[in-house]
Amino acid sequence: MSRPGAALDPAQWLALPALAAIVGAICLAVPVRVGGLRLPEPVFPMALAFSWAVIRPSVLGPFFLLALGLFLDLFWGGRLGVWGLSLLAAYGLTLSGRSLMAGQGLAVMGAWYIAACVLGLGFVFLFATIVAHQQPNLMAVVWQLVWTVGLFPAVVYLTNRFEDADVRFR
Amino acid sequence: MAYRDSPFQALKAPLTWAAAVAGVVAGLIALGLALTDHRSATGPYGAVRGEFDEVMEPVTSALYAPVRWAASAADFAGGYFFAVSENRRLKAELDDMRRWRDAAVALKSENERFEALLKLRTEPPVPMVTGRAVSDVRGPFSDARLLDVGAAAGVKVGNPVMSENGVVGRIVGVARSASRVLLLTDVESRTPVLINRNNARAILTGDGGANPRLEFVRGQNAVQDGDVVLTSGDGGLYPRGLPVGVAARDFRGVWRVRLYSDRGAIDFVRVLLFDDFSQAVDTAALAASSLPPLTAAEQADLNAQRAAAEKPPPPPAVEAPLAPKGAGFVSSAPPPRPMVPITAPSARAPDPAPKKAQPSDPTLAPPPPAANALGSPQP
Repeated sequence: MSRPGAALDPAQWLALPALAAIVGAICLAVPVRVGGLRLPEPVFPMALAFSWAVIRPSVLGPFFLLALGLFLDLFWGGRLGVWGLSLLAAYGLTLSGRSLMAGQGLAVMGAWYIAACVLGLGFVFLFATIVAHQQPNLMAVVWQLVWTVGLFPAVVYLTNRFEDADVRFR
Repeated sequence: MAYRDSPFQALKAPLTWAAAVAGVVAGLIALGLALTDHRSATGPYGAVRGEFDEVMEPVTSALYAPVRWAASAADFAGGYFFAVSENRRLKAELDDMRRWRDAAVALKSENERFEALLKLRTEPPVPMVTGRAVSDVRGPFSDARLLDVGAAAGVKVGNPVMSENGVVGRIVGVARSASRVLLLTDVESRTPVLINRNNARAILTGDGGANPRLEFVRGQNAVQDGDVVLTSGDGGLYPRGLPVGVAARDFRGVWRVRLYSDRGAIDFVRVLLFDDFSQAVDTAALAASSLPPLTAAEQADLNAQRAAAEKPPPPPAVEAPLAPKGAGFVSSAPPPRPMVPITAPSARAPDPAPKKAQPSDPTLAPPPPAANALGSPQP
């Protein structure tokens, strides 16, 4: 845990987790099958969109999310800006409900995280449906949602790691 | 003074608002990108995509190397321990293949005779390059692969890609030493296909799942369970007859295709350096006129029309009535002549008694020679 009272270093709570999300996305894109099954493909930056909004409001956070979204768009071969919008929608929802989460337990935070994931993926689902005139496979969307929700332990770790680091935001 | 009582407490609300404003600004940037971009190398950000793929290719290739080594080691160990059973299997397969070879030789000979008899113009062989998929992007919204061959190997946007089992997709982005394949399963993929049994046409539509849908199937009950699906070649995107998969009905009754390429991991692939019809055709030769020569009667008719066109148009028989006073601006030009469609002589049906052109009749006279931009008649 950081020293109380010290200002948060953006490199610690923004840059390093963003780098970890990028590395995670690249590692899980290796074309390999285990027992005939492909590797999962969670949206790693979704955990950051939620955690950063919970830890503290920040001017840099949205722009880091935009950069992560652009990386996903380029790496996954999608339309530029779509994942950025998705992450920012999740960030906005979490930011608006931040005061409601204060003092609540993990279950409430988990529910908010699921809501943020549903909003983010739902936005991409809607955009893909409009652009492609074709509804993406719902089961595939649900699987990606499940894997993304499965990143909740990382959300808890990040939140515990940094939320008390700046007493102004307790 | 305690830190909590300090004036910094007041920073909380402004920071929240600042974060919200930053989020809106970032969102507007993302929205602008999303509305102006599309997923192809010819889009406004195609160069950015190409450079990104060029950078990511060695990274993902290096990450994939240990996996490849492990797979090779597993293959080696499996080959060592299961050599006898594999030998038996291969012998049985060889016997089967020999029968197929004899049948193929006979069919090939027969086919060549038919082609010679019918003077059939067959498609030329398609050159190809081999590449390796170094990244595997999955998910409901995008399904693509990054290959380690690019423009330096002759790969172009639109080239079809096949694995050892069947069609994988086609190239949508090319950098110097990397290229991106849009798979058949991608939500934006549309592939014209045919049912091998009855030549029925359909469109294979990806939806992000493992088995793309068959849509716009022509004909009643045109598809049956187990039908082999091939590329139709319609539209010139793919050559005709590439193996795609097998038709199957899902639990909702929607026809889908179990892809041949899904039988194994997509590792080594072949990029067909296939130019579609619009690229392969000689457009100059296509645009050249190939009308048949005129008959004597048609030539005479044409000469009469040309002679009539060289004469000045006769003055109008009745002058245009003057406009009443106060009617404003009135043009002094003669009233426009009615337009008559002129039929090309070679396209007309033969007329046993061709009517002579009447230069005095404005409805039958050909129009005057067209004037160029400067107003002078063209020769």
